[in-house]
Amino acid sequence: MILFWTGVLAISILLYVLLDGFDLGIGILFGLTNDESRRHTMLSAVSPVWDGNETWLVVIGVVLWGAFPGVYATLMSAFYLPLLCMLLGLILRGVAFEFRYKTRAMRFVWDVGFSAGSFVAAFMQGITVGALVQGMKLTEGAYTGGEFGWLSPFSVLCGIGLCLGDALLGASWIVKKCEGKMQDIAWRQIPCLATCVLIFLAIVFTYALNADFRVMGRWTARPYMFVFPAAGAIALVALAFAVTRRLDQWPFNLVALIFMSAFGTLAISFWPYMIPFTITVHDAAAPHSSLAFMFWGEGIFIFPLMLVYTAISYSVFRGKIMPTDGDL
Amino acid sequence: MDATALLLSRIQFAFTVSFHIIFPSFTIGLAAWLTMLEALRLVTQRPLYAVLFDFWLRIFGVAFGLGVVSGIVMGFQFGSNWSVLSRMSGPVQGPLLSYETFTAFFLEASFFGILLFGRPRVAPWFYLFSTAMVALGTTLSAFWIMVNNSWMQVPVGYVVAHDQFVAIDWQKILFNRVVWVRFPHMLLASYITGAFCVAATGAWYVLREEFLPEARVMIRMGLGLACVLAPLQMFFGHLTGDYVHDYQPAKFAAIEGRWHDEKPAAELLLAVPDPQAEANSYAISIPVLGSVIASMSLTSKEVGLKDFPPGDRPPVIIPFFAFRIMVACGSAMLWLAWCGAYLAFTDRLERNHLLLRLLFLSFPLPFIATLTGWFTAETGRQPWTIYGVLRTADAVTPFLTAREATISLVAFCLIYSLIFAFGTYYIYQLLCTGPIGRLALPPAAASANRPMSVVGPPMAPPRPAATSGRYQ
Repeated sequence: MILFWTGVLAISILLYVLLDGFDLGIGILFGLTNDESRRHTMLSAVSPVWDGNETWLVVIGVVLWGAFPGVYATLMSAFYLPLLCMLLGLILRGVAFEFRYKTRAMRFVWDVGFSAGSFVAAFMQGITVGALVQGMKLTEGAYTGGEFGWLSPFSVLCGIGLCLGDALLGASWIVKKCEGKMQDIAWRQIPCLATCVLIFLAIVFTYALNADFRVMGRWTARPYMFVFPAAGAIALVALAFAVTRRLDQWPFNLVALIFMSAFGTLAISFWPYMIPFTITVHDAAAPHSSLAFMFWGEGIFIFPLMLVYTAISYSVFRGKIMPTDGDL
Repeated sequence: MDATALLLSRIQFAFTVSFHIIFPSFTIGLAAWLTMLEALRLVTQRPLYAVLFDFWLRIFGVAFGLGVVSGIVMGFQFGSNWSVLSRMSGPVQGPLLSYETFTAFFLEASFFGILLFGRPRVAPWFYLFSTAMVALGTTLSAFWIMVNNSWMQVPVGYVVAHDQFVAIDWQKILFNRVVWVRFPHMLLASYITGAFCVAATGAWYVLREEFLPEARVMIRMGLGLACVLAPLQMFFGHLTGDYVHDYQPAKFAAIEGRWHDEKPAAELLLAVPDPQAEANSYAISIPVLGSVIASMSLTSKEVGLKDFPPGDRPPVIIPFFAFRIMVACGSAMLWLAWCGAYLAFTDRLERNHLLLRLLFLSFPLPFIATLTGWFTAETGRQPWTIYGVLRTADAVTPFLTAREATISLVAFCLIYSLIFAFGTYYIYQLLCTGPIGRLALPPAAASANRPMSVVGPPMAPPRPAATSGRYQ
């Protein structure tokens, strides 16, 4: 039961990172262009699905709360300010989808909100992951790190890294969904962003080795873990190939593979801890009655259905975007 | 624990949850009305219903968006500001809220995209199905929230183990009397909210002599629904009062403004309660009625606040007045719905400008009633977060600083004010534009879209304020 819910949580986090990753990424790239028709195209590429994507964040929140209440309580309260910034960012970018089309004079407000909100949300998610890798200050299960315990050069680095990664994912989504000028721009952005992500990964890795994080110790103990970074590296090479041949359906899948390998790397270096080196999956799990109640309803029936819903909504809006998409 | 952080967290929760409830209470009703319109359109093939559907869908879109973004905050705020509560009650509340996300949000999110953008891509029956799924999603969401809140009001089916509330009887948690009285109460409130907003919009157009065919349908459907639901709502309101009387005597005494035990008890209509003096000034009351309302008896003893130690008493002023405002709004709506429906169905409403104006001005009433109802329920539960088990002061995150709480409260106030101001302004613009499809279409295409215009008013000239953006 505990394993099942850990699995659901892991799938939800992965789906969230991938799906909201590309739409946050498009939000970040959105700020780089001033052209209204391009902005409209970028929004149309995500507007039917962004709400569903963000729902996976709520899924992460409630599965954590229901299945791992201690971890939910500790993480949400310890990362108070990053969480606040992320929520405010998500609010601003969420309302922008509707609001920007309802005004012309104030449109720039919502455009700035969309772009900045996406950036802040991605940045804060990166910071959180970075701070978790670095390790949180916990004394007997209670957080003692203070208001800014999550802030460190490493976590900021991870924040920037996730923004770059999301932007890369966003650009590859545009390549997949768009044609013409918009697609050309995205084709040019992919190699730049991919290089930046690569440089960032190198810095993070060096930093982590030098700072001697406990997470790194697990790598020497478990050499098979190198399967994940290796998969990522292969995907990166394939991405370079796809870019030179302009195979427009490839980049998104390949970047997604890079994200999956990064996620797998992190997950396996944490296991069996949820908050590294203090709270394990078993410590954090809710009583059996809660896990079972969740399992027999939402776990085995609704969770698969949710995956189906997601697939349906992506298949309804599959293919290149149509000129009328995004019009109400 | 920091006392300022506690107070600020309470204000923040009250502010964000009050802001949030405005939108779902509107969209739950509106989603049901959209489903009905779409079904009518498919069955009757009357283009009028398509025009109305498209019009209300745009308004639904704005309100739904605001509801979604402000709702995400709620899911995380339990953990950030109330981490002790969320750790202890996680085994009960977490699964309930996860059911909400799993059953409701996914229906809403997936099918809402199809509603907004999928018309040209899916079959008509599937479009109707999608509308119905959005409506079902909003209703399920309300259900889980009411189960969750009812458990906080009257905790059942649990034991305490390892400093956590462990559920032992989920059936009792889901299917107890309190849930099945409060859930219909909230659902009816949403339907009435939707009905009044629709009817008020219709009345507004009639007063402005615009969009008359659409306005007539709005008024008739809105008032027709409201005149049936409003009395039903009063009945469920009474049942809700019964559960408070049985399970939360201190809250009941606060609502009634009753300080001493009384036998038989009087019903206080109006007064100014004075918590310092533990008495009421300027009281107007009716003898014996208090016992009748509370226990259906002429002689029953009803408890007063002084039976409870001061540390266990809820604040009196807020529940006392909030409850009376709610009842007043409810009564006004019942009267309006009955009079208005009678006049509307005997074709006399359009000549009665006074009632039309009242009906137009009534659109805030359901929102005020919903908010004050929640103020009564939540403030009356104090000083407990989980009634009788966990105090609010013990539920707050122990290491939360006043500075963090101030930053977040100010940030939420700013951002929410911004999006609320623009959201309502845009809804107002949409209402001004009216249910006439796309304004910028050439006249020929516009009337083809809207054959009803032959009997309707002349095509409204596009107003500069209303023609910006994508409707151009």
